Amino acid sequence: MEILNLEGAEDTPKIILDQKNGIFEISGRSLPEDSAEFYRPVLEWIAKYGASPNPSTEFVFKLEYFNTASSKLILDVLSSLEDIKGMKIMWYFHEDDEDMEEAGQEFSELVEIPFEFKTY
Amino acid sequence: MNFIYDLHRTMMSQKLILVYQGDFTQETTKSILAMAERNIDSSGEDASIKRKVFNVMVESLQNIVKHSDELVDGEIHSHAAIFLIGRENNRYTIMSGNPIRKSNVKGLDEKLQHINSLDKDGLKDLYKEIIKNTTISEKGGAGLGFVDMARKSGGKLEFEFPEMSADYCFFCLKVNVPRELE
Repeated sequence: MEILNLEGAEDTPKIILDQKNGIFEISGRSLPEDSAEFYRPVLEWIAKYGASPNPSTEFVFKLEYFNTASSKLILDVLSSLEDIKGMKIMWYFHEDDEDMEEAGQEFSELVEIPFEFKTY
Repeated sequence: MNFIYDLHRTMMSQKLILVYQGDFTQETTKSILAMAERNIDSSGEDASIKRKVFNVMVESLQNIVKHSDELVDGEIHSHAAIFLIGRENNRYTIMSGNPIRKSNVKGLDEKLQHINSLDKDGLKDLYKEIIKNTTISEKGGAGLGFVDMARKSGGKLEFEFPEMSADYCFFCLKVNVPRELE
């Protein structure tokens, strides 16, 4: 399956989705002007991946900041991961960033996927 | 040219560290954020307070980009809005002002009053309620901006709608972010 690799920018996150090497990661800042448009390729990639996923998947969120329009799309991404077997979310937050930790906890309450919380 | 000095004195007395007036786009949003971030960094501000201020700034700026009404008055078509950041000893204030059609005032006023009536847990519940049920609007918003600002602020949103003309009010919003951690 093709690798999805988006370079991060000052208002968009870095995204790598690589089935062969088992790398699934969204990191950095997310405040694009059009969040639905920005996350569309991610959702499309996950839909394809869901048809023949790896036996287990660790999907990494390592976000420094995201705006509210992105938060809705992050929930859409999480929801699209929900039905994939062996899915686990690795939610990273900076050790003194309580807001990012709380955001992860809230997402974990909204979807049925195991979350592991880690600091960086 | 006294107005230059007057404006300078107003900015000093109001402890403003940044004022921008004009058209607001994603590009100006990024520039303003970069300037404000450099300023806050160079002041040695605590990282978690900086993040909250950044957060409120983004929502406030993107609200203007997405929702500010175009002012049409005869020949004049204007998108001009204003954005200000103040830093006092005990808090940051993120302020904005933009034209809003009078027909939109009531709905916005009720929304903000509802947000202000909620406590911390109430805001969290409202946030989760909206994020579960919302779809991204044509304008690209999730309907979560004010709720998020209130959560990051920890205080009430301050707002007024002074009249501009027969058809427009000027929506003024002030969000405080305390500099002392809880």
